[in-house]
Amino acid sequence: MLIPHPLLGPRDAQEFTYLGDARLLARPDGMAEGAEAAFYDYVYLRNNPAGVHRELWFHEHGDRSWLVVTRDTLTHDILGAELATDVVRRERPR
Amino acid sequence: MRVSKFSGFRLVREALRGHRGWTPLWRNPEPQPTYDIVIVGGGGHGLATAYYLAKVFGQTRIAVLEKGWLGSGNVGRNTTIIRSNYLLPGNQPFYEFSMKLWENLEQDLNFNAMVSQRGIINLIHSDAQRDAYRRRGNAMLLSGADARLLSREDLRDLVPFLNYDDARFPIRGGLMQPRAGTARHDGVAWGYARGADALGVDLVQNCEVTGFRTRDGRICGVETSRGPIDAGKVGIAVAGSSGRVMALAGLRLPIESHVLQAFVTEGLKPVIPGVLTFGAGHFYISQSDKGGLVFGGDIDGYNSYAQRGNLPVVEDVVESGMALMPMIGRARLLRSWGGVVDMSMDGSPIIDRTPVDGLYFNGGWCYGGFKATPASGYAFAHLIATGRPHASAAAYRLDRFARGHVIDERGAGAQPNLH
Amino acid sequence: MSRITGGVIDRGTTLSFHFDGKRYQGHPGDTLASALLANGVRLIGRSFKYHRPRGVFSSGAEEPNALVRLGSGARAEPNSRATVVELFDGLVATSQTHVGSLRRDALALNDLLAPFLPAGFYYKTFMWPKAFWESVYEPAIRRAAGLGRLSGEPDPDRYGRGFLHCEVLVIGGGAAGLAAALTAARAGARVVLADDDFRLGGRLLSESHDLDGVPAVEWVARAEAEFASLPNLRVLRRTTVFGAYDHGVYGAVERVSDHQPEPGDGMRQTLWRITAKRTVLAAGATERHIPFADNDRPGIMLAGAMRSFVNRWAATPQRTPADPVAIFTNNDDGHRTAQDLLARGVPVAGVVDTRDDAVAQGEYRVIAGATVTGTRGRLGLRAIKVTQAGRSEWVDCAALGVSGGWNPNVHLTCHHRGRPVWDAALLAFVPGSDNPPGLLAAGACAGRGSTRAALADGARMAAAALAEIGIAADPCELPEAEDSASPPQPFWYVPGTRRAWVDFQNDVTVKDIALAHQENMRPVEHLKRWTTLGMATDQGKTSNVTALAIMADLTGRTIPDTGTTVFRPPYAPVSLGVLGGGDQGENFRPRRLTPTHHWAKAQGAVFVEAGAWMRAQYFPQSGEAHWQQSVEREARAVRSAVGLCDVTTLGKIDVQGTDAGAFLDRLYCNAMASLKVGRVRYGLMLREDGFAYDDGTCARLAVDHYVVTTTTANAGLVYRNLEFARQCLWPEFDVQLVSVTDAWAQIAVAGPNSRALLERVVDGLDLSNAAFPFMACAGVTVCGGLRARLFRISFSGELAYEIAVPARYGHALMARLMDCGQDLGVTPYGTETLGVLRIEKGHPAGAEINGQTSAAMLGLGRMVSPAKDAIGAVMSRREGLAAETRRLIGLVPVDPAARLVAGAHLFPNGARQSLESGEGWITSACFSPQLGSRIGLGFLERGEDRLGDIIVAANPLEGESVPVRAVSLPFVDPTGERLRA
Repeated sequence: MLIPHPLLGPRDAQEFTYLGDARLLARPDGMAEGAEAAFYDYVYLRNNPAGVHRELWFHEHGDRSWLVVTRDTLTHDILGAELATDVVRRERPR
Repeated sequence: MRVSKFSGFRLVREALRGHRGWTPLWRNPEPQPTYDIVIVGGGGHGLATAYYLAKVFGQTRIAVLEKGWLGSGNVGRNTTIIRSNYLLPGNQPFYEFSMKLWENLEQDLNFNAMVSQRGIINLIHSDAQRDAYRRRGNAMLLSGADARLLSREDLRDLVPFLNYDDARFPIRGGLMQPRAGTARHDGVAWGYARGADALGVDLVQNCEVTGFRTRDGRICGVETSRGPIDAGKVGIAVAGSSGRVMALAGLRLPIESHVLQAFVTEGLKPVIPGVLTFGAGHFYISQSDKGGLVFGGDIDGYNSYAQRGNLPVVEDVVESGMALMPMIGRARLLRSWGGVVDMSMDGSPIIDRTPVDGLYFNGGWCYGGFKATPASGYAFAHLIATGRPHASAAAYRLDRFARGHVIDERGAGAQPNLH
Repeated sequence: MSRITGGVIDRGTTLSFHFDGKRYQGHPGDTLASALLANGVRLIGRSFKYHRPRGVFSSGAEEPNALVRLGSGARAEPNSRATVVELFDGLVATSQTHVGSLRRDALALNDLLAPFLPAGFYYKTFMWPKAFWESVYEPAIRRAAGLGRLSGEPDPDRYGRGFLHCEVLVIGGGAAGLAAALTAARAGARVVLADDDFRLGGRLLSESHDLDGVPAVEWVARAEAEFASLPNLRVLRRTTVFGAYDHGVYGAVERVSDHQPEPGDGMRQTLWRITAKRTVLAAGATERHIPFADNDRPGIMLAGAMRSFVNRWAATPQRTPADPVAIFTNNDDGHRTAQDLLARGVPVAGVVDTRDDAVAQGEYRVIAGATVTGTRGRLGLRAIKVTQAGRSEWVDCAALGVSGGWNPNVHLTCHHRGRPVWDAALLAFVPGSDNPPGLLAAGACAGRGSTRAALADGARMAAAALAEIGIAADPCELPEAEDSASPPQPFWYVPGTRRAWVDFQNDVTVKDIALAHQENMRPVEHLKRWTTLGMATDQGKTSNVTALAIMADLTGRTIPDTGTTVFRPPYAPVSLGVLGGGDQGENFRPRRLTPTHHWAKAQGAVFVEAGAWMRAQYFPQSGEAHWQQSVEREARAVRSAVGLCDVTTLGKIDVQGTDAGAFLDRLYCNAMASLKVGRVRYGLMLREDGFAYDDGTCARLAVDHYVVTTTTANAGLVYRNLEFARQCLWPEFDVQLVSVTDAWAQIAVAGPNSRALLERVVDGLDLSNAAFPFMACAGVTVCGGLRARLFRISFSGELAYEIAVPARYGHALMARLMDCGQDLGVTPYGTETLGVLRIEKGHPAGAEINGQTSAAMLGLGRMVSPAKDAIGAVMSRREGLAAETRRLIGLVPVDPAARLVAGAHLFPNGARQSLESGEGWITSACFSPQLGSRIGLGFLERGEDRLGDIIVAANPLEGESVPVRAVSLPFVDPTGERLRA
């Protein structure tokens, strides 16, 4: 597979380490009320879609940036890739 | 319908009259409007579940609904290994129960699934690994299974073809389970299918479940590509599709679907006696009765439903194989394939009720569901028939993640691709 | 001999080779199959199940019959298809799959037993008596099964790996591929042309047609000359593209030196990973046969293969060129073979054509509306039985060409699980609409198989591929060429009572398919798995579609409704050597060496693998016969004098920024923001699921600068997690991370004399207890100005320090410390002693923090701060973890001489021992020189309440059961006096 790194262009997937569902960006507040239930959902439950999946890849053997890659789990087609930091800054409720 | 009893005598008799007397291994029934129990998934686990429901638990009016052909899931695309060499109390008794069922499977089913107990050896490459395997071997013995700790000299006798000379990670010993081995994967599915059919179970192929019907929070049937079917209880055993199917019931699971590749070489004269597992790379291998070297390694590592993997993992797996046993260099890869494995969050399976009354779930077998087939079917049948978990599978609860009772053999945590 | 004139072989050179010990001759350009045929050798092998005599059936990768063992000794390669083995001088081939001689195979008995061995027979028998399966039946089956034999010796050859990137990959060097490559290369695109064969041309070499009025071979030569002049085109001959992977990645194997006796210093084969923007698949087509009674005898082959042997290799398929040859066909292509045979002077006994209206296209007899219904000739064809309108006659012939139409080689189009579609006019599966992205099929593999059509299609598809990536191209001009399409009659098999083979190698006959139908194994995958059809080394290239047609006939359904099998990589078998042979033996994985590695080696250290690292395990001295003696000496030196140990492998991460403290508070379960500058704190990291993950020290060198250490095993993983936290969880923090594991050499200086030793190298720093107490740290200089980091931390429990210098000075620092510490008793120690010291001190390591244990189990539960949010803190409070009562304790055997081993399970004294009743296990154990007995660490139920109790350490695996006493930790210096000395 080739991952379209937003800064470095297409890179072989072997340079990356895969983590999983990009929902892992949305870590609950550990000090909030009901944190244990929220963390159960965060740590363990997955939508696991057969189709478009937003997921985290770490450019471990490259520039060490975490990317959010949008990929189809049925075809492996990659629809896009962004720096995870950009995604967090854009999507996190403030 | 008259069932052909299988035996050597029968084979000879049929040969003498042109094999005209063999009957279908199973019927092709039209789905009935109503069943007491519907099992979704005509793979190894689903077929075994139906078989034990009818055979052991006295249930009737059972259907197995399969979206493709019987055995078209992971039971037909695994590396055929059976073993009960686990560490944790939540797992080991279950797999040992399975092993005992394997040991009587052919006589029970009157079908030769070629259960072959030629042993499995997990290789040891460091002192820390030996300590961990000693703990595991003791767990195996303490659960009534068998285990042997092997020295390097033992290994030289048993498997002289390994690289003992210039290995990057020297072989320092092994943990062996002599009763482990392989079984003919398709034969297992067919044996259970034939057995279930003979007990009156309807095996409905080309019948995809497209939805669940519930009434007052209780299951009452399924929607299928061949029309609605009423059911008192519904059991799900759809490895590789667990997420998709359970989503139809509105459930999210502690499961990710990944691709695991497997490989077979051209046929060769016997060269590898049992099952071997490399301890310093991702590689395991056995040789089929037909002569092909059957091997595999790690999952590709990314979520996938594509039933195919990529080249780097092929290279990585074979590289490990060559490092372990450089004599296989002249063998040729004949075929590679990929199966979708439902990787659970602790690497262990789930056999449990669901929040929907009457809907039962069996899944999350990761890359190791084949060896569990008999016990999984038995325990799932027990659960569906009695409403209580089977003693051997009592730890496989869906709520163990929320409660913190995970069964994490590898200690890898909630990251499925590390299990 | 049956060599005729013509052909694309170099008759000026003679090559000699051996088959089954007998010497033969051939020429450059020959394959082993063509050379054997040219020598009149027809019997080459035996089939898998019935051990039927078999000869060459095809002229390419689809060969099911002519499998041989190539070479000898460690280079012996079983199951080699003689049809694709390029002949070289000195080649040695041996037939396989027989017991006794090839001609008198003892296992030919199986053929007599065939009535008892129908499809799937083994599922129905061998079950009684039960014990006989493993002791009698299976061993016999395994001995009889299998094809060729591996040598059992390590593969002696070297294999290469390479990466290629191109705009257009052309797969196949036949008419379509050549036209595609010419079109793309002339347009200036970067092109890779990969061809399976050792000579470009594909079927052009096998046909007698002209192109532009010249023999096709000449046209190919002109194209090759042009290729040589195009720097943007790379031609890979002898290269099989075996798989289509994601995003335009193709796997290919180049057989670099298989056509030479030995690779010499070079590579045997190279694995290419080719990344292509677009791919033109021009893989051609494979001829299919028509099953009829006894259709497997040597001398019966595909008609197109026969044409190849005659035209390309000047080898005829009979024993001598004077023997008559017959053709059995359902299409015009079979007649083409008859014409070519006649043109070469080979007598044609007749063409048996299933079509009623068939007419001769030359001077030969046509038997129209007829079928072949029997054959004679045990080790080679002698006669065929021809049946026409119910009347049969025997026709003498020594070879029979069979033509049942052509199957496009759609394999690679299906590698992304695409399904081919049925072309009712062609009576064949052609590529569907779901090819791998970027792959275009051209020529015969797309169902456009006349020479003219293939050339035009190759050029057109190359231009289309280029247009998709923005390169303008004109299809190359095309030569005049034949343009006859000859779709077959839908005639699939000759019904009859005798066996008619569908899959030759696995001995699957029409009867087997009928039995599968009778037993309801009708879905195509059931058919395949029940009968083993298509599962031989040829993967059903000549049998799958025919079998589908037969099953369709039996069920009354159409062929596309009956199904199609899934094609998967590899297209043709690929040696494991090349797939995994890049780095082997000691080079299987890289070795990371510590900065003092060469120093330690010079001291005679014994090394051990620690992940990717090699670490000094112990330093034997003369007179020490056993490693245990060395370790005891080293341990005593640390406890009584001073020892040195390279601990560079521990992970080191610099954490800098104004929010570094707040950031680390989220990563460690204990507090770090409150750490004072110049101080070090032990830290424990949890996984987000609440289990213990990694421990180490965290030193604060400045307000905005921490140094985090990790265990050796988790160095990379912790860094990854920190980056995840920084980039993905808390990007708002002002914090930066650098992994400095490789930047700093770090040496543990441990023992009562450590201060005295360090004072001799550290520049002007007061190391007194008051000025630099336990858990102090500082940036310092050593040896007169070399920058260093000094930490007063201890893994051994002694007064101890770790000192870090830039990695390139590690060796020198070690040497300096050794030099100036002689009088202090300085002693280097390795990982074995490190382990002993830490067990004596009760420090957890990898066996205790194994991913399954919690902070509470480690006795560190109070470190998990409830006052802050940190990774894993919430989940560590789940019921299952909170209820955990096993605790880390020390263990000593009641009998000091008793053996204590890690991996033993703990039980109450006298209790029944089962997995469920276990109360814990021993994690680590060693002999303690300090205590004079073995000691261990272990987790025990309610361990802290049971100190002093005697329990049992059970190790049934090694037949041991040892009474042990639970004791408190640490074993040495419980009050920490030595630590703080």
